[in-house]
Amino acid sequence: MSQSLKPIGLAQVMLSVLKREVALGMRQKGEVLTPLMFFMVVASLFPLGVGAESNLLLRMAPGVLWVSALLAAMLSLQRMFSTDYADGSLEQMVLSSTPLGLLVLAKALAHFLVSGLPLVLIAPVLGIQFGLDGRGLGLLVLTLLLGTPTLSLIGSIGAALTLGVRGAGVLLSLLILPLYIPVLIFGAGAVEADAAGLGIGGHLSLLAALLVLSLFFSPMATSAALRISLE
Amino acid sequence: MRTLLGFTLKCAACHFHPCTLLKTPPTLTFAKLGCSKGGRQLFKNVDCTLTAGHWLYVAGVNGVGKTSLLRMVCGLSSIGAGDILWNGAPIHAQADAYHQDLCYLGHLNGLQESMTVEENLTFITALAGRTIGPGQTQKVLTRFGLRGRSQQLVRHLSQGQKRRVALSRLALSPARLWVLDEPYVAMDEAGVKMLADLIADHLQHGGLAVVTSHQRVPIGDIPAQMLELQVL
Repeated sequence: MSQSLKPIGLAQVMLSVLKREVALGMRQKGEVLTPLMFFMVVASLFPLGVGAESNLLLRMAPGVLWVSALLAAMLSLQRMFSTDYADGSLEQMVLSSTPLGLLVLAKALAHFLVSGLPLVLIAPVLGIQFGLDGRGLGLLVLTLLLGTPTLSLIGSIGAALTLGVRGAGVLLSLLILPLYIPVLIFGAGAVEADAAGLGIGGHLSLLAALLVLSLFFSPMATSAALRISLE
Repeated sequence: MRTLLGFTLKCAACHFHPCTLLKTPPTLTFAKLGCSKGGRQLFKNVDCTLTAGHWLYVAGVNGVGKTSLLRMVCGLSSIGAGDILWNGAPIHAQADAYHQDLCYLGHLNGLQESMTVEENLTFITALAGRTIGPGQTQKVLTRFGLRGRSQQLVRHLSQGQKRRVALSRLALSPARLWVLDEPYVAMDEAGVKMLADLIADHLQHGGLAVVTSHQRVPIGDIPAQMLELQVL
């Protein structure tokens, strides 16, 4: 029986993990909708809280939108490995002949597609609330697009470390939020710098550099953390 | 099937594994293996060698360390003392090659409950680096007594049926070493017999199996190599 099955390459194994995760995310609608609703509600609370002074809102828009997106992306992190841990799929992934780092990378990308990308897409709508102009909105989308995959990748380390721990949600935030700071600074900073008429090349390059760094290092760290959690 | 000097050799005897005659017969060795959990020594100085075509029956009372031993064999837990060798080399020194040869089924089924049986099988085979077609899925499911269930969500199956889906990974895996922790749990009589036959078939084709169970189920007429863990 096993001999009649055709072998597939590593890329196809990763693709099947990605497909499975995205399909699961779509099936459990809450996974997509909860972070999205959270993002919308939190970002909308600020204009209500600080008043409708348009200059003030415009100035704080990039920061508020970035912080809200960051918190929203963190909401669903805990679920990245917890169901697979509970049902034994994670054991099978660790024991698979495919390097665990690649499987983890596929899972983190799926997390970005399910939880991060919807935030990126809805961000311009929320930006309008704050009175951002077209250029500002475009830049907001661009920085989020560069930044949210990094958030998923870094977040996967925390999700793996807190696997099976009671009160994992709070611990996860404490572990991961400090690591999100550089992404936040350069993400929100780019939009602000542009509004102030400064160059943004540096910000964008650093965001991209953070993405590349986390693409390389976080699957390794996450795999190591998963192995520890399964012991 | 193996290519040797440009000729494709087919082995008439073993259609199940790529000609085991040409591969070196695999061996699994425990050398002075020991394990302690939470400061308590579970077992120590376990020595044992398992060769192709044989199965190891790990017996012992509850809490004696059967599952811990099996998780060490898989490489899921780090080895406390001693070493586990696969073909003469420590398993942690050849993790990737070893995992290709290993199929593990523990207490957890490793099935995603919100996916259908077919989706689960597709994912299981993909993890083993292979792809499965719908025809093959049907064949496996029929063999495991789950005919017509491919589109059902795993959540809607009974415990025994879930176990059968989980066990079908054995038939789909090219692995030579099967590590089975309480495989008969939740299975009915027919299921137990089917699984025993499956293991017997695997052993006859040069495979190895490490099994723990509280039910002493004979595997064909192949005598078990016993490993009785004692409470220290």
